[in-house]
Amino acid sequence: MIKFEHVSKIYLASDGRNVGLEDATIQIDEGEFVFLVGPSGAGKSTFIKLITKEIDPDEGDIYVDGEKVTRLSHRRIPQLRRKIGIVFQNFQLLQNMTVFENVAFAMEVVHLTGRTIKRQVPTVLQMMGIEEKADRFPKQLSAGEQQRVAIARAIVNHPKMIIADEPTGNLDPDTAWEIMQLLDMINQKGTTVVVVTHDDKIVNRMGKRVVAISNGRIVKDSQEGVYGYDD
Amino acid sequence: MIRTVLFCFKQSVIQMWRHKGRAFTTVFSITCTLLILALFFFLTVNITFATEALKAQFNTIEVFLLETTTEEDAQVMIKSLEHMDEVDKIEFITKDQAMEEFKDSWGSKGYLLDGLAANPLPNSLRVTLTDISQGDFVAQICSTFSGVEEVRYYATEVNKILRISDALQKICVVIIIFLIVISIFGVYNTVKLNVMSRQDEIMIMRFVGATNWFIRAPMLMEGVLLGAIAAGISLVLTSEVYGRCIELFNEQVKVLFSTGLVPRDFMMQNLTWIFLALGISIGSIGSIFAVRRFLRA
Ligand SMILES: Nc1ncnc2c1ncn2[C@@H]1O[C@H](COP(=O)(O)OP(=O)(O)OP(=O)(O)O)[C@@H](O)[C@H]1O
Ligand SMILES: [Mg+2]
Repeated sequence: MIKFEHVSKIYLASDGRNVGLEDATIQIDEGEFVFLVGPSGAGKSTFIKLITKEIDPDEGDIYVDGEKVTRLSHRRIPQLRRKIGIVFQNFQLLQNMTVFENVAFAMEVVHLTGRTIKRQVPTVLQMMGIEEKADRFPKQLSAGEQQRVAIARAIVNHPKMIIADEPTGNLDPDTAWEIMQLLDMINQKGTTVVVVTHDDKIVNRMGKRVVAISNGRIVKDSQEGVYGYDD
Repeated sequence: MIRTVLFCFKQSVIQMWRHKGRAFTTVFSITCTLLILALFFFLTVNITFATEALKAQFNTIEVFLLETTTEEDAQVMIKSLEHMDEVDKIEFITKDQAMEEFKDSWGSKGYLLDGLAANPLPNSLRVTLTDISQGDFVAQICSTFSGVEEVRYYATEVNKILRISDALQKICVVIIIFLIVISIFGVYNTVKLNVMSRQDEIMIMRFVGATNWFIRAPMLMEGVLLGAIAAGISLVLTSEVYGRCIELFNEQVKVLFSTGLVPRDFMMQNLTWIFLALGISIGSIGSIFAVRRFLRA
């Protein structure tokens, strides 16, 4: 589903060279649930931006769903993004739209019809357990509820994979655990899930594959792993 | 496809509604441009028509004779002019004939002249030229005859009018270009601010895989709509104003130029296309610049 072959990304900033990712080789198969851990500045967000082709690597090849992302033309980026549902730490909901409209917006902009939208949005809101909040605005919701809306928006177009960059970073432990359970449920239904997190308790409790990055290098990759990147 | 277009349309209307003041200013500036253009157009078309009519008299010299000059004296003048190469033909116009012509030129109001006790018009000679460029020379000769009160050569008048209209048109062109630039900049600014205020939406559209075209379309459409609205307003305004002008000035213009103002329908048919084309061009150029600058792929 996702394959990195000797991928390097060096940022050239005014203060010199910043290593984003260095010689990363990894494969994530369809239907997997993977935690991506590592200290701040390790290159986790870089890893994710490379998958969505927000940035391009300096070296190496990246494949997503069998397609060589590194050779993808700009015109085909939307096609790639439609295969990926993205969830952010700060939810990124549109404040002037209701919950329903926020989710519907993601469908409208990929040209889905009104009928599909009316059928699909309530279904995913129900999956996320927020169907009765459909007409509220984001600021009338708790942080956990907002993240549920963001996840609903990410899955509504049935992407092949969900990528979440610190989805629980702004949440208390209980809410974080609930959100993680939702992501697990989505994964059970066959969607590949990649989650960046700093939450060692959650990682240890979930017992999923853990990939650790440090200083731009993949330093550990273990099935049913525990949190850690120092060894 | 239709749904997509409707969605973009809805987005741009919402956007304009949210920022009514900004949209209004932009529409206002485009409207001003178009109105000045209309003025330019009216001047050009009417002056062209009027001078065309005058040019029929371009090649004639009117030689007005003194009351004391007899028809025999006039025949002598005709004889001496007739053999010149520059002269095509010469007519002797009696004061009565002149009155008839004058009445005709007043059109339906010609009966007003019936009340005149005596005919104030003089006898005259009408010299038709073979070559307009020699007009001044022939006019010079005519004025040396004794018994001539005045020599009127229209070319000088026509030239004067042409010079004035030329200057007016040049000024108009400069003003229009200036206003077009301002309007384009206005649209550019409006669309730019809208792109800025929609950064969040645009970011999310990118992440869920909206095509570039789809992200840009509402912005471009907004520019086009602003231009089209301005064109509509300008059309209504000019149609009204020009209608009034015809009511007020048509008769005077007829007396002056022996042809009336160009009919409103003719004007408006042409202006509809000019306005729409220019309004929409201003709108799209402005928004294309803004989108290219602030909505990079
Ligand atoms: N646009 C950029 N320009 C220059 N350097 C950058 C840029 N983005 C990231 N970096 C650098 O690349 C390195 C990796 O950054 P990245 O954002 O991938 O870290 P991260 O693992 O996501 O960290 P965090 O856990 O704090 O989010 C850091 O040293 C960072 O300073
Ligand atoms: Mg990060």
